[in-house]
Amino acid sequence: MSEVGEVSHARDHILTRLRAAVAQVGESAPEAGALPPLDFDRAERVARLKRLMEAMHAEIVVTDSTGWVAALKNVLRQRTLNGLLYAPETPLGATLAAAWEDDLPPLVGYTQEVEQCKEQLFAIDAGITSTKGGIAEVGALILWPDAHEPRLMSLAPAVHIAVLDADRIHNSLAEAMAQERWAEGMPTNALLISGPSKTADIELVLTFGVHGPKELIVLILDDQPAPSAPS
Amino acid sequence: MASTTVVDFPSNFIKALGNPQLRRNLRAAMDTLGLRRRTLFADPAFFAQLRARGDAIRQRSLRKLPQLLEQLERKCTENGIQVHWAETTTEASQICLDLIQRHNATRVIKGKSMVSEEMHLNHVLEEHGIEALETDLGEYIIQLDHETPSHIIVPAIHKNRDQIAHLFHEKIPDTPYTEVVEELNAIARKVLREKFFAGEVGVSGANFAVAETGTLCLVENEGNGRMCTTAPPVHIVVMGLEKVVERLEDVPPLLRLLTGSATGQLITTYFNMITSPRKPGEKDGPREVHLVLLDNGRSKILADPQLRETLKCIRCGACLNHCPVYTRLGGHAYGYVYPGPIGSILTPQIEGLDHAGAMASASSLCGACEEVCPVKIPITHILRRLRNESYNKVDSPNAVKGHGYKSNLAESLTWKGWAMSNAAPWANALNAKMLAMLGSQLTKLTKVELVKNWSQGRTLPRFAPKSLHVLAKEKGIPHE
Repeated sequence: MSEVGEVSHARDHILTRLRAAVAQVGESAPEAGALPPLDFDRAERVARLKRLMEAMHAEIVVTDSTGWVAALKNVLRQRTLNGLLYAPETPLGATLAAAWEDDLPPLVGYTQEVEQCKEQLFAIDAGITSTKGGIAEVGALILWPDAHEPRLMSLAPAVHIAVLDADRIHNSLAEAMAQERWAEGMPTNALLISGPSKTADIELVLTFGVHGPKELIVLILDDQPAPSAPS
Repeated sequence: MASTTVVDFPSNFIKALGNPQLRRNLRAAMDTLGLRRRTLFADPAFFAQLRARGDAIRQRSLRKLPQLLEQLERKCTENGIQVHWAETTTEASQICLDLIQRHNATRVIKGKSMVSEEMHLNHVLEEHGIEALETDLGEYIIQLDHETPSHIIVPAIHKNRDQIAHLFHEKIPDTPYTEVVEELNAIARKVLREKFFAGEVGVSGANFAVAETGTLCLVENEGNGRMCTTAPPVHIVVMGLEKVVERLEDVPPLLRLLTGSATGQLITTYFNMITSPRKPGEKDGPREVHLVLLDNGRSKILADPQLRETLKCIRCGACLNHCPVYTRLGGHAYGYVYPGPIGSILTPQIEGLDHAGAMASASSLCGACEEVCPVKIPITHILRRLRNESYNKVDSPNAVKGHGYKSNLAESLTWKGWAMSNAAPWANALNAKMLAMLGSQLTKLTKVELVKNWSQGRTLPRFAPKSLHVLAKEKGIPHE
């Protein structure tokens, strides 16, 4: 701040009061323990995430690592889209570029800083990203946007397509954080996404597609599909 | 901003109760939110366990608050987030204003933040010619109508679709009248998308801040929070200093409790965790992130072992949804930023009992708020404490500001007399005799203001001509 002295003054005053305050109150009783970990099997994790995200109006396509590009093309051909924002420098982006066809919405790379391409970002209909994983317990995707797959890719376009490896669906957020040691290095931005954007601010009527994407399409790449279980 | 006015509760209450539209809107919404919460936490054993965990995490966070805030500051600074401390809401607003002016910005886009309401930030910015646009749909609606939130989670819940349809039609240029919720939503999306595109500074709150990693967490459904924290070149987070938690692993249980208690959701559409501004090579995100930590009386509340429980609050709003008083009045009648049971315990502590003490009377002490509170805040106990301190001057540094504002000689003498008459048999007998004689005359006093007011909604008691003590004696019952 411009007046540094004034600010450190506030900090010291506050911390002094807080230290005096906590000194007045002793240690409390032993803490209630962590909740028992969830233990779904692999097929349950896929099925649960699919069911919960579909309930939140996400469109889920279960495919596999060889068929997903065809599945994506199918999804795109059902829609009229002016373009697909993608990350050219990722393996996913390279696969798309190699397999692209003329009748599909043109691939548009997110290659410049936002200041140079903001209008395009807000005008393009769809974007495709990878995901870091999923969470079965609550039905959500984990995204860690980075230099190649920036944050607005999953936010500005009206349709967000996400590619999820079924092997990376965790039981819970707590498990994902612990197994992948998030605490040792958080990214600039980490996200959980459970569906298209929504609101219930008018009479609690649930409406989809507010400020974020109107549609969320998730391609789950499952190379060990469970034998067709009773639904 | 310290309040200078005393809210006129009786007239606010009468006005709210006399508004059938408001009562219908509220009733339907609160019943729905309550039902959704019950459905989500249908397993009482699981809920009890989760809640014990949430309570423990919040208690530990408060016990270690000074060291956690220092750790948070250190981690944020390492990550490139600039941390500012504010003792008062005026200071916090000034910090925001300075930052915004330093960037010559006039277009600020805001994600929903109750702390920014507490700061009256929009007002301060507007006074300096800065547009501070609320982008959460509910907040956008009430801002158009120059109102404040009536609920901490669903701020426009007091309005129905007809009212919103009229508002949009009148206030947003070239907008046709429509009562279709999807169309109203589409209108707001279109207007606000342009604002997100053009916003120069984003302002948001934070639901949790993690000391271990210096991560700021935001819970939302609409995507406006992500827009405000991603699209503009500068992002300012305003946060009450009690929101810090120690470890990243503390977040999942609190997140589960928050979304479940607030709206009955397993998880919101977005959970947004921000740990740094844009790093070299990254293509978007703000280049500057600022965290403003607000005290505004919280450090004083922390000093008292009972009152500090107020600071465990994760602002889910469940206590509002389940409160028989709130569900009949809505938030505006309370007259302050935080309404309902949590507002009734928090506000008097911040503003002083002499200003907001009457809020503590806006409760039947039924305890529904405590039953649903995800972090077990003993709300009714704190309400009683505030009521007591309203009448009693307390000789303790932890006494609530403005204590004893209701104390008066007549009342303290009456209670002294009452205590005496129950301690001395002769005084008790005299008292009973007096009441038997005078009490039966009460019904004749219905023209007297005090009796008239009291008896408006109540039947006046009839005192028995003879006390039980006398009756027993007459029947010859020994040792009654």
